[in-house]
Amino acid sequence: MAFTRKDLLGIRELSVEEINTILDTAESFKEVSARTIKKVPALRGKTVINLFFEASTRTRTSFEIAAKRLSADAVNISASTSSVSKGESLIDTAQNLQAMAPDAIVIRHPSPGVPHQLSRMVSASIINGGDGAHEHPTQALLDAFTIREHKGRIAGLQVAIVGDIMHSRVARSNAHLLTRLGAHVRIAGPRTLIPIGYEKLIENSEGSLTVSDHVDEAIAGSDVVMMLRIQRERMTDAFFPSLKEYSVQYGLTLRRLELASSDCIVMHPGPVNRGIEISSEVVDSARSLILDQVTNGVAVRMAILFLLIGTESQ
Amino acid sequence: MKLIIKGGRIIDPSQQLDKTADLLIEDGRVKSIEDSSNDDGVEVFDASGLIVTPGFIDLHVHLREPGEEYKETITSGAAAAVAGGFTSICAMPNTRPVNDNASVTRFIIDKAREAGLARVYPVGAITRESKGEELAEMAEMKEAGAVAVSDDGRPVMDSQVMRHAMEYARDHGLVVVDHCQDLHLAAGGVMNEGRYSTLLGLKGMSNAAEQSHVARDIMLAEMTGARVHIAHISTASSVELVRRAKRQGLAVTCEVTPHHLALTDAAVVGFDTNTKMSPPLRSEEDRAALIEAVRDGTIDAIATDHAPHHSDEKMLEYDLAPSGVVGLETALGVALTVLHHSSAVPIARIIEMLTIGPARAFSLTGGSLAVGSPADITVFDLERAWTVDSQRFKSKSRNTPFAGWKLTGQVSETFIAGQRVRG
Repeated sequence: MAFTRKDLLGIRELSVEEINTILDTAESFKEVSARTIKKVPALRGKTVINLFFEASTRTRTSFEIAAKRLSADAVNISASTSSVSKGESLIDTAQNLQAMAPDAIVIRHPSPGVPHQLSRMVSASIINGGDGAHEHPTQALLDAFTIREHKGRIAGLQVAIVGDIMHSRVARSNAHLLTRLGAHVRIAGPRTLIPIGYEKLIENSEGSLTVSDHVDEAIAGSDVVMMLRIQRERMTDAFFPSLKEYSVQYGLTLRRLELASSDCIVMHPGPVNRGIEISSEVVDSARSLILDQVTNGVAVRMAILFLLIGTESQ
Repeated sequence: MKLIIKGGRIIDPSQQLDKTADLLIEDGRVKSIEDSSNDDGVEVFDASGLIVTPGFIDLHVHLREPGEEYKETITSGAAAAVAGGFTSICAMPNTRPVNDNASVTRFIIDKAREAGLARVYPVGAITRESKGEELAEMAEMKEAGAVAVSDDGRPVMDSQVMRHAMEYARDHGLVVVDHCQDLHLAAGGVMNEGRYSTLLGLKGMSNAAEQSHVARDIMLAEMTGARVHIAHISTASSVELVRRAKRQGLAVTCEVTPHHLALTDAAVVGFDTNTKMSPPLRSEEDRAALIEAVRDGTIDAIATDHAPHHSDEKMLEYDLAPSGVVGLETALGVALTVLHHSSAVPIARIIEMLTIGPARAFSLTGGSLAVGSPADITVFDLERAWTVDSQRFKSKSRNTPFAGWKLTGQVSETFIAGQRVRG
């Protein structure tokens, strides 16, 4: 099916067909990265701006490589080097970018909704590269791609998402995406880091979303365990007493992983705090797909760029 | 100077009046209400088919002057008031400087007199600079014309300070108005805490943050015997607390805004910063409870919490944009559309909350068409449909969540002391 959206703002707005179109397109692009000459001319003459208001290595680089492998010109702007830090407002930023006529703008911002606000101000395609605790659609798509690649399906799988649910845009986007494709998602973490009513987050869904009372309960029998990064500053905000206690109570160890299904895969959006939310043994085990996620991120982002701005050259 | 407002349906809840009659005005005061009148040589305003009521009173308006005249001035705010049918407005003290002493109070009153539009009643601060620490000079502000005290927007967190404020305000016959919010419990919040804050990844303010503060204030009112007014009440449990306090006979009153009656936190989806206010838009259950509290008389007043902000400020990121919306020019239309046309609240009850209800809450003159009262009068068309166009506001600011809304019920004319002021 054709992908007719101007922007990719979140998973919540996407239909099952649109999600599958992105994943299928990504599959055809994955092979490009395995070639000796890793470049196709699909987006020649197009300009992609990576506008990052938060530190990011993986996502920004992934988008940059994706754009370049499609022959687009990629420009990186980070908040510290743009005039944003000099008191320029959102609308001024938008107008200045618009004046440079980019085809797509990838934006990461600490405030939820900025991609949505920006999309109303510029004609370029906006890709949400993570907006506060709201959504991170490309991460969820690459996670789904990775799961599908290893499990052959998403429908019917038991997926545990564990950690700082409250501040996680990855958890929100994955909750929407995986349940929409029919997975059963169980959420766990300290109750202080799970927002009220989380189980009511999803809509139009084939799967289910539940909040578990204990990490072990969420992991038991899971086909996929997705661990989330815990940030040190949450400790000082009185969400939990200490990193040591967190790692014992909520961290993923080989022992805890035994509760999961025997062919369970382990994922993490990175960057990983080894020994805190996940032990080194698990990170380095054969179960871990953390680096596959990174590899697949490029293919998925190539697909998204191509579907959003590549249609005329098709 | 004589004027007859002729043939209108006069509704005045202060005297349980609802009849079609002529309202005779002389020398700026209500002279009489007659079934028919001789209009020879007298100015006549034809109100046939229209509703004639006491001028509306808004207990909660931010006029931004002194200090933030780019958002609103006393003159532009007063013009917005009379455009919306309000003849009296209470100006909140969170200006720059804060209205925490008599000189600022006098400045506001002088400016309002120069504007010559709505009557402006300053509300003084509870504490110096609204810092919640030392009491402001309430008695002097009262002598200068302040009608109540409030640290609106910066609730007094120290309960002992609030207790002293209530005791002292009681001595001086001032109502204590509180923006009820536990600032620790609501820390960092930018919208209601619930399904939608979880969905949008925005930090929520829980109902408990408001209710715990309402409960505290009611307990302090009971202890001190002070008159307490809960500003912009927004949750189901808050109205239940006020309902019980009233049953107990405590001097507790409350107001509700049109936007909390009309909208829920579902409106935040899309990140329009004109849906950001404090208290935040709540859940549908809360909204339904507010309408019930309107119906059963728990709520004393509809107040707009008119909070002008420049569009440059509202065009920021949702969590960085300032809280508040303008309301004076949409209040009647929203109230009639939501309460009367959609929820069948009797028209007299709505008018009560715009007239004698607020007048009694702050002991203001007005709110009545009793013979001899100042002829502050609002005339409106209950059935007239119109579309909100923020570009036509008299207010300097455009930050309304109702842009493009189709409303039923519109102000036709506003009279202050018998003079037409709507223009």
